[in-house]
Amino acid sequence: MKRARAKAAGPERAFEFVEGWGMTVGAHARVLRPRSVEELAQCFEVARRDGRTLGLRGGGNSYGDASVNERGHTLDCSRMNRIRGFDSTSGVADLEAGVTIEQLWKHSLPRGFWPRVVSGTMFPTVGGAAAMNIHGKNNFAVGTFGDAILEFDILLANGELRRCSRTQNSQLFHAAIGGLGMLGVFTRIQLETKRVHSGNVSVRAISTRNLGEMIEYMEANRASADYLVGWIDCFPGGDAQGRGLIHHANYLHEGEDPDPARSLALEHQELPANIMGLFPKAEVWRILRWFGHDAGVRLINLAKYNAGRLEAHGEPHLQSHAGFAFLLDYVPNWKWAYGRERLRRGLIQYQTFVPKETAPAVFRELLTRCQRAGLVPYLGVFKRHRPDPFWLTHAVDGWSFAMDFKVTPANRERLWRHCAELTEVVLAAGGRFYFAKDLVLGAGDPERFFPAQNLAAFRALKNELDPEGLFETNLWRRAFAPRK
Amino acid sequence: MASSTASPISQTSAPESARAGSPQGAIVIGASSGIGAALVRRLAQEGANVAALARRGEELEALARDCAAKGAKGRVFVHVHDTRDTELVPELLETIARELGRVDLAVYAAGVMPKIDKQTYDTNLDLDMLAINFGGCVAWCNALAGLFKSQRSGILIGISSIAGDRGRKPNPMYGATKAAMDHYLEALRNRLSESGVHVCTIKPGYIDTVMTQGMKVFWLISADEAAKRILSAARSGANVRYVPWRWKLVGMALKSVPSFLFRKLNF
Repeated sequence: MKRARAKAAGPERAFEFVEGWGMTVGAHARVLRPRSVEELAQCFEVARRDGRTLGLRGGGNSYGDASVNERGHTLDCSRMNRIRGFDSTSGVADLEAGVTIEQLWKHSLPRGFWPRVVSGTMFPTVGGAAAMNIHGKNNFAVGTFGDAILEFDILLANGELRRCSRTQNSQLFHAAIGGLGMLGVFTRIQLETKRVHSGNVSVRAISTRNLGEMIEYMEANRASADYLVGWIDCFPGGDAQGRGLIHHANYLHEGEDPDPARSLALEHQELPANIMGLFPKAEVWRILRWFGHDAGVRLINLAKYNAGRLEAHGEPHLQSHAGFAFLLDYVPNWKWAYGRERLRRGLIQYQTFVPKETAPAVFRELLTRCQRAGLVPYLGVFKRHRPDPFWLTHAVDGWSFAMDFKVTPANRERLWRHCAELTEVVLAAGGRFYFAKDLVLGAGDPERFFPAQNLAAFRALKNELDPEGLFETNLWRRAFAPRK
Repeated sequence: MASSTASPISQTSAPESARAGSPQGAIVIGASSGIGAALVRRLAQEGANVAALARRGEELEALARDCAAKGAKGRVFVHVHDTRDTELVPELLETIARELGRVDLAVYAAGVMPKIDKQTYDTNLDLDMLAINFGGCVAWCNALAGLFKSQRSGILIGISSIAGDRGRKPNPMYGATKAAMDHYLEALRNRLSESGVHVCTIKPGYIDTVMTQGMKVFWLISADEAAKRILSAARSGANVRYVPWRWKLVGMALKSVPSFLFRKLNF
C-alpha cells in the first residue's frame, strides 16, 4: 500500500479543550504550537486558509476568556521559549515570548537578579504577561509588567516583524502591552530584572481588624515597603468587615545576608513537595474540596485569621523569593477544589480597581452587597497600585480588591447578575477592571472606564494592523464587540 | 474517508453545551475485525457514536452497515487509516472529534502478528510490526492524552497481550511490541491519573478471532464476550486486566518460570 511518508511540515498541532484558568469557560479547538517565527507565520496562513481567527494563548493562566477562542483556532505560543540572552551586569533579559516567569527567575536568580514584576503564579509566559500587562504585589512601587519591558518584537498579521520600545514605534509599544493579544504576536521581549543581594526577603505579618486598618497600614508603609499584599476574610460584617492579614516584605540590603550564594541557589527556592515532609501537596486539593462551601470557607478563614494574629506577634522572618511570590503555586491544582470533573464548575476572580479617594467606601459597599446577596467571595486580596502609560491599563492611583467566587451551574446566572450590580458601583466611583481576570463585563463596559481617546486609538490601531480581524478571542467579542 | 461535517463540537461554547445529554463518542483504532470490530458493535449498540478506523475500508463499511441493520442506536463513522501514518493522526483526531461531537473513550486495538517460522530473523517485517502495533499506539495515545487531559475526562484502552509477559520463542517482535505497550500505557496511566483520565491495559488470552485461527487454543471466548468484559473493566477503573480473568494465573505462572526452564518450553 502506498502511504504518505512526508514529514508533517509546519507547526505542531493538536485538538484539545481550551479553557480559561478558572474552568468556567472553554471550547474544543485546534491548537497550533509554533516553535519559531517562521512556524508562527505559517500559523497565520493556516488560519487564513481555514477561514478561522486565531486566539493567542501563553500559559493559559488568565482566569476568564482572554485566551479562549471558541470560533477559531488557538495559537499557543509557549513552545517559543528560549532564553536568548541574559546580561549578568545589567540584569537585562532577552527572551522569546513563550519563556515562563518560572524559567526567567530560575535563570536570573542564581545570577543575582529577580524579575521586577511577577504574578502570584510562576506559570504565565512573558508574552502573556505583556499582553495582559500583569502586576504583582509591588505594583504600587514599580508599576506593572510593561513598566519593566525595554523592547519587544511583534509579528503583525501581515507578516511584518516590528521592533518597539519607548522611543521606537512607541505607540504600538504602549498599545500592545496590555493589548490583549489583539495587535500581533510577541516573539521577543527584552526586560529588566532587579539586582538582589539575597535569595530571601524579610517578611512581616500584620493582622488588621477591618478594612480601614488595612488601608491605613499600607498607606503609611508604601513608601518604604517593597511588597505589600492583604488577605481579606470576606465573611464578617460590622466592625470586623474586611478583617485580614497583611504581608509586608522588603529586599535585604547588601551585606544583610551572610551567605547570599546559598540563598540565591535554586535549591533554596524550591517549594516543598510535601507538607511536613509527609503529605503530598498534589493531593491537598482533594481535602480542600471538603471545605468548598460557605461554612467550610468560614472555618478556614477563621483559622487563617487567628493564625495570622499569632504570626503578627512574631518577629519579621526570612522567606525565599519564590516562596513569598508564588503563593498560588503552593498547593498544586488547588482550583480543582472548586470542581475538577464537571464543567461549568470552577471559579471567577472579580477584581476591581478603584481610585484612592473612593476606594474605602466602594469596597465596604461591595462587601456589604456580597454578604446581603449570600454570594460571598471565598478569597479576597487587597493591593495598592499606581498608574502606568499603557493604553488599556487597569492600574489606577488607588487600590484593587480581588474576589474569588465559586461558580456552579446553580449560581452562575445569579452570580453574573450580582457582579453586574457590583460593576455599576465600581464604575460610578471611577474604577477599572483587568482582563486577565474578568469574565463578567459586557459590550460597552470598556467604554465606561478607559479614557475615550485611548480606546479609540486602540481600535484604530487594531483596524490598521489587523484589518481582516485575524486575532480574536471570546474576550474581544464579549467586551469589545468589534463591528464586523 | 468519511467527510467531516459541521458538528456541535466546533460551536459549543462549552459550559452549558455539549457534555451532558449528547450521546457518548468513542474511537476504535483497528476496528475491521476481531476485538476491535466487536467493540464497535457493542459501543454502537449502547448508543455511542463510534469512529471505526482500519486499513480495510470494505470491512469497515460492512461493519457499519451491519450495525445499522441490527438497529444500533449509535452511528458508526468509517475512516480508512494506516496506523503507520503517524503524522496524519492529529488532523484525523480533530476530524473525528468534530463529527462525533465529543470523545469519551478510545481503544487502540490495531495489531498484527505475522506467522513466522523458527529460522526467520526479518528486520523489515519486525520493524513494520513495531510501527503498526506500537508506533501507531504511541501516536494515537499521545494525541488522545492531550485531548483527554485538557477535558479532564476520558478513558483510554490499549489492547495488549499476554504475549508481552515473557520473551517467547515463536515471535520475538510481537511480544516485544506488547511489552512496550504495557510499559508505555502504565506510564501514561500514572501521568494522566491526576487529570481525571483513566488508562486501561487489556491483556486478552485466546479470543475467537482471525489471529487465533489454526492455533491450538483453550479457554476460548467470543470476541463479543471479550468486548463486553473489556468495556466493563475499563469503566470500573481496572488498570491491567486479563480477559478472561483466569489468564492472570497463566501470566503469573509464566512470569515465575526461571529462564533456564523457560527456554526449554515450546510455548
